[in-house]
Amino acid sequence: MSQKYLMKGNEALAEAAIRAHCRHFFGYPITPQTEVAAYMAKRMPKIGGTYLQAESEVAAINMVLGAASAGARAMTSSSSPGISLKTEGISYIAASDLPALIINVMRGGPGLGGIQPSQSDYWQATRAPGHGDAQLLVYAPSSVQEMVDLVIRAFETGEKYRCPAMLLADGMLGQMMEPVSFPDEIALPASKPWALTGTGEKRRPNIINSLYLTPSQLEEIVRKRFERYELIKQNEVLWDSYRLEDAEYMVVAYGATARICKAAVEIAREMGVKAGLFRPVTLWPYPTSQLAECAKKVSRILCVEMSMGQMVDDVRLAVNGTCPVSFYGRTGGIVPTPEEIAQQITALAAAKA
Amino acid sequence: MAVIFQKTKGLTDCETHYCPGCTHGIVHRLVAECLEELGVLGKTVGVCPVGCAVMAYDYFNCDMVEAPHGRAPAVATGIKRVQPGNVVFTYQGDGDLAAIGTAETIHAATRGENITVIFINNAIYGMTGGQMAPTTLPGQVTQTTPYGRDTGYSGFPVKVCELLQNVDGVAFAERTAVNTVAHIRQAKAAIKKAFTCQLEGRGFSIVEVLSTCPTNWGMTPVEALGWVEEKMIPYYPLGNFADRDVHRKPEGENV
Repeated sequence: MSQKYLMKGNEALAEAAIRAHCRHFFGYPITPQTEVAAYMAKRMPKIGGTYLQAESEVAAINMVLGAASAGARAMTSSSSPGISLKTEGISYIAASDLPALIINVMRGGPGLGGIQPSQSDYWQATRAPGHGDAQLLVYAPSSVQEMVDLVIRAFETGEKYRCPAMLLADGMLGQMMEPVSFPDEIALPASKPWALTGTGEKRRPNIINSLYLTPSQLEEIVRKRFERYELIKQNEVLWDSYRLEDAEYMVVAYGATARICKAAVEIAREMGVKAGLFRPVTLWPYPTSQLAECAKKVSRILCVEMSMGQMVDDVRLAVNGTCPVSFYGRTGGIVPTPEEIAQQITALAAAKA
Repeated sequence: MAVIFQKTKGLTDCETHYCPGCTHGIVHRLVAECLEELGVLGKTVGVCPVGCAVMAYDYFNCDMVEAPHGRAPAVATGIKRVQPGNVVFTYQGDGDLAAIGTAETIHAATRGENITVIFINNAIYGMTGGQMAPTTLPGQVTQTTPYGRDTGYSGFPVKVCELLQNVDGVAFAERTAVNTVAHIRQAKAAIKKAFTCQLEGRGFSIVEVLSTCPTNWGMTPVEALGWVEEKMIPYYPLGNFADRDVHRKPEGENV
């Protein structure tokens, strides 16, 4: 863990995946995630791995489906419009109970949008990562080091519960450079007796499938999957806080926005407003009860996002009316400054006074 | 008592859901017999399409995965890249392969992906009840071409083997039929050759099989077999379209 490297977020997450024993990457170029693919293209051939540039995001996610069904630790990466194309495959991967890692380095939307940082795919990641009743594990790093740590965790947790995981980053995290270190040793993936490896004519065929034409059977399969989702909600929630101990005003933010909010909390405190930060690290499962608990100790909540207000839905659901929740967002690829956020916090305090 | 004939080990005992007179059953058996005869059943992974063969995972006696509509060649690519030593095949219909999955088909072919594609061309969407397929013949009546396919309006059928013939990554492409005993024997030889091609690491192999759909064609099984001979074969001539080594680097050389 000692050696430090100065790395771009996109490259650090790719290196983390390799160190986490991922040897199969399928991608398609799109800004601002392209460094992930470029890094994989350079590294994979040197270590006996596969980097394959697919003909589309649709094909890439289906190659991941194939590789995952063959038992490999497989991944793909893209940015917002590309993720929309992958949602078909993500639904099938979830429905086939396959683990896989999908990286979304978010950019401004909707449509072709822009190529600057954004957080406007929160709804897509947490509400409708594809058609049907299904969820993705969603991890939201807020530093380059966390991109490393959460990639490793996403692989391991996805395999534990046999479900796909997403690293929901943004163009700012992907493009920025910070010092990072990597764990000395990462456990090898556990054996996968369900994988399609060929029967060797020694066992019954393994079948990986998402079709159940009998409604009662399909309902049973979906319900069983949701029992696993309940376990995930109990065991896999991650969150962080900053200066919440004595805070009167709680800012809730994730990803790159959270680090800007940290600076905003400092500015607000210098101006005499006791602010603190609650930062969800997993967006699904959402730290609902933890946020509700913290909300009891503050008088106002401000949710800040690089979107028109998406995670704020989950904040309001968690708080459930016990504390007023305001929202401040920039969108289209505009990154808010600490000063403008601090101004929002102090305005809340002024309104209350 | 001597056993002179038995069902191939390549198929399970599961009853198929195919309509009476449909030739999917024949093609399943040919594929399964080839896998058994080549001794590769234990190291084969099959990929099912969306369409009439969607439940083929219950019929083939090897590891199987269900792909989204048209994506079977991409799924097969993922499997093959993880397990280059295994035999990987897709079993796809005309809508799956030549409409929604055109890109996946052509690009798996351009990569010379070392997989085998079994392509069932019955000129119609069977599973959804008989709509126009990319391979529906000019003038052919379907549910969505009720006045016959007007090529000036709905365009022309896709000739898959002719298209793939010009793709450098294609090692083997052959169009066959299963409407007569002679054609069935030729089809089996082609399927075996396609799998052999994969075992030799020669590149992408595809066998197109002209197949019947009596239910949606509105014919008896016997009439349907005749329709293949009279209407389909003249438009989709049988024969070999590619048989070559695409000179891929051996698996692993690049890594």
